[in-house]
Amino acid sequence: MFKNKLIQTTTILTLFAILGASLVTFGYSVTRERIVLNEKMVLLRNLNALVPAEKYDNDLFNDTKIVHDALLLGYKGSVMVYRARKLGQPVASIFDTLAPDGYNGKIQLLVGIDYNGVILGVRIVSHKETPGLGDLIDIPRSNWILGFNGRSLTNPTSDKWKVKRDGGIFDQFTGATITPRAVVKAVHQTLQVYNKHKAKLFTIDDTKQETAKSKITEK
Amino acid sequence: MSEFTQEFKKITREGLWQNNIGFVQLLGLCPLLAVTGTFINGLGLGIVTTLVLIASNVMVSLIRKRIPSEARLPIFVLIIASFVTALEMLTKAFFYDLYLVLGIFIPLIVTNCSVIGRAEVYASKNPVHYAFVDGLMMGIGFTLALVMLGSLRELLGQGTLFSQAELMFGQGAEWMTIKVIQDYQGFLLAILPPGAFFGLGLLIALKNSFEQKVN
Repeated sequence: MFKNKLIQTTTILTLFAILGASLVTFGYSVTRERIVLNEKMVLLRNLNALVPAEKYDNDLFNDTKIVHDALLLGYKGSVMVYRARKLGQPVASIFDTLAPDGYNGKIQLLVGIDYNGVILGVRIVSHKETPGLGDLIDIPRSNWILGFNGRSLTNPTSDKWKVKRDGGIFDQFTGATITPRAVVKAVHQTLQVYNKHKAKLFTIDDTKQETAKSKITEK
Repeated sequence: MSEFTQEFKKITREGLWQNNIGFVQLLGLCPLLAVTGTFINGLGLGIVTTLVLIASNVMVSLIRKRIPSEARLPIFVLIIASFVTALEMLTKAFFYDLYLVLGIFIPLIVTNCSVIGRAEVYASKNPVHYAFVDGLMMGIGFTLALVMLGSLRELLGQGTLFSQAELMFGQGAEWMTIKVIQDYQGFLLAILPPGAFFGLGLLIALKNSFEQKVN
């Protein structure tokens, strides 16, 4: 009797496990393509905010290169760069980079730089900064981030690439200096990396392989 | 029919007021406190939780006579987890911007004790149509709690209502945002986690004092 009960219970439990698993599998197969598309759309929207779609004609999303420069980019050591071209000529590049030293950890940002090394724009992709204080770096909260537009390594000069409290030209926020300081530093570093790697940045060589390989090691 | 109306009234009163998940049972506090920074965030999580409550209640009620009582809890958990996972993927596919905001709180619905609570206390003992109404009303009650707390914190914190409505209603819904207080400097405490506790405490106190007055 007990044995029968045990078998019955086990069978029913197994049945429900299978049922649940099939529901999840079905949901996954139905939504997978759309989810990938959504993720791509959001990234493209961010990229196009920095380099408008009419400025380039290549497949920006897939035209990427990994730049390694451990010295400049904190502990991450490498950065993904999206390259915009028109009629085969380099137009601009977008660095998917990190500010490692935000108030609450890493701040992920996109830095768009035109071919001459002038900043087209900066956007925050993700951050965990304090709501109401540090999150003023993000565009719906304030226009602070637009202050980078048109800046370059010579505008202002290197010693002025800081927040005002440190003797630079960029605003900090009342009660939050660490967050803008981290972003200013990351943008400045990105410009330096761009300048250093500019000559090789737009070559097509075996970048595809490199991208694939780096992605694997990152995961 | 009159029996149904009676039960229907009872369920509605319980779900929305007397036994409200957010204000009386105080279950699901993690999402209740964490995502209610704005009206829209509260509404989004409320709707997803309601869908999970309905789906799990109906499912549990359907199988209530066929499952052995020793195995019922694991089965409830399996059902709830499957529905939540499916709903998470649906949100990710069709309301991606909202998903970016609610993010980790959707999977956390699995741990919202109110869902398994309703399955155990109500759905496993009542027919399907009652279980459905119970899930719906409990969900609406919870959504109301989320939305009220969200409105309160948004209003105090940033002086707006319905900000970021486009996350839920798509591009072009920005007009819904109401700037209630012009040139508001913001009140940080309301947005930060302690503000959620203060807000919830305040709303519960209001509800209790209202009840006392009526009685």
